[in-house]
Amino acid sequence: MIEVRNLTRYYGDFPALKDASFRVEEGQIVGLLGLNGAGKSTTLKILAGLLMPSSGTVTIDGIDFEHDALELRRRIGYLPEDPPLYVDMRVADFLRHIGRMKGLTASEVETRLPQVLRIAQLEARAHQVIGTLSHGFRKRVGIAQAIIHDPRLVILDEPISGLDPVQIVEMRKVIRNLARGRAVLLSSHILSEVEQTCDWLVVLRDGELVAQGTEAELVHEVVASRVRLTVRGAPSEVAAWLGAHAAVQTASVERTEGDIATFLVELTGDDRERLVSDLIAKGYGLRGLEAADDALEELFVGLTTRRAEA
Amino acid sequence: MHTLLVARRDLAAYLHGYAGWVIVAAVLFVTGLLFQTRGLGAGPQLSHEVLETFFENCGGLVMIAGILFTMRSLAEERQLGTDVLLQTSPATDAQVVVGKWLAAMGMMALTLALTLYMPALIFVNGKVSLAHIAVGYTGLLSLAAATTAIGIAASSLFRTQLPAGILGAVVLVTLLLGWLLSDVTDAPFKDVLAYAAFWDKHFTTFMEGRLHVRDLAYYASVTFAFLLAATKVLEGRRWQ
Repeated sequence: MIEVRNLTRYYGDFPALKDASFRVEEGQIVGLLGLNGAGKSTTLKILAGLLMPSSGTVTIDGIDFEHDALELRRRIGYLPEDPPLYVDMRVADFLRHIGRMKGLTASEVETRLPQVLRIAQLEARAHQVIGTLSHGFRKRVGIAQAIIHDPRLVILDEPISGLDPVQIVEMRKVIRNLARGRAVLLSSHILSEVEQTCDWLVVLRDGELVAQGTEAELVHEVVASRVRLTVRGAPSEVAAWLGAHAAVQTASVERTEGDIATFLVELTGDDRERLVSDLIAKGYGLRGLEAADDALEELFVGLTTRRAEA
Repeated sequence: MHTLLVARRDLAAYLHGYAGWVIVAAVLFVTGLLFQTRGLGAGPQLSHEVLETFFENCGGLVMIAGILFTMRSLAEERQLGTDVLLQTSPATDAQVVVGKWLAAMGMMALTLALTLYMPALIFVNGKVSLAHIAVGYTGLLSLAAATTAIGIAASSLFRTQLPAGILGAVVLVTLLLGWLLSDVTDAPFKDVLAYAAFWDKHFTTFMEGRLHVRDLAYYASVTFAFLLAATKVLEGRRWQ
């Protein structure tokens, strides 16, 4: 339903986004991951209509920016990291104003307003002046303004940044509710949040889309070949043996305790059985073998820093 | 529709905040003061001369107020991040700019309406025509339209009010004094500079109660040119 094709954006000669393509389906929550400067905000701003792409297209239900940018903006709701709010207005009046700006009639706004206040959990604050609200409630008003016109795509840039743990739990519920009948695209630095909220991940590095898929798919791709191996034997000898083994790409000592050492081993493929049998045949004692369990962090580091290491 | 929504929102912000009322009060105070000292208290004068002096005083204050009302307009939206609301809405950049300009014009019209008691005093106690008053206010509104357009164009270029206000004032002063250069330049620049004189060539006729289409056309063209410039600045920002 939302298709991003070969999106490229230059700032002068600097390519902030290079040839990115991905899709977001109705009901899906897609997480955009990447380090600072990876191109996340540029992507979101292009999708929101704040920036024009240097090349490439964005289409929603077949409508693209080039042919009908205004109609496309009607179908998108956008919440930047700092919610854009008229702090002198009351919550309900602000949402009425934004609803009209987004193209709803006065009666459509009045019909939609109670639903939006309920989704954003703002019923009790509807008549409060926005300037007097806490940061968490301002974020919710920001979400409410992004969905008042019932858009097909909601874009949330760092929606939980600055929220306390209770507010994060509430915001998570709000975001899940948003995905009913529409698509949600969000960026976040908080990986556990992405893990809990998103159905699909898109990873950017240096402006390039380097991977996309479900968390399980990406973790399998990147992390299945990373194991934590605990071995009895002289650590330096074992390290040297592992380093020379054909199935091992890299091996580093994580901790040692006497003659027992734990290694983080990156395999050239999923070749665990062969490594273990060779290890035992060599006479070392195998004390433990486990997949690296900090999966999403490993995924994030693996995908976003691989080029820097190379 | 979007134009009116932007105008309504901005007008409400002017009316609910204190800054707008401070500008209105300051203009009314100074206008009243000048009316008393340069008009009523300046010795024997004919009624129409008092009225001309009133329009002259008011014209100067309209230009100052125009810059003060508009310097926050687009700059403040950008500073507070609320420009995102306008840029992601299905409103065109031209609708946003015109909406902002209409709101500022609303405040200018309100301010000028509150000065009406002074010409009314001259009308009741002296001998001036209603047409003279109407033409004078047409001139003030034309001057306000052009000044607020200049202020909005300046405001579109900055993130904060102060540089926007300074640039608006510099542009205005250049237009006010540019005609002086016409004395030391040759044709065709001489004629262009003389025609472009913001006050001397175009406002004095309104003050005297004379309505010329060329003066209306001049202020309309200045207004259009600067609103177009502001629109182009907003459009260009999406490509930066």
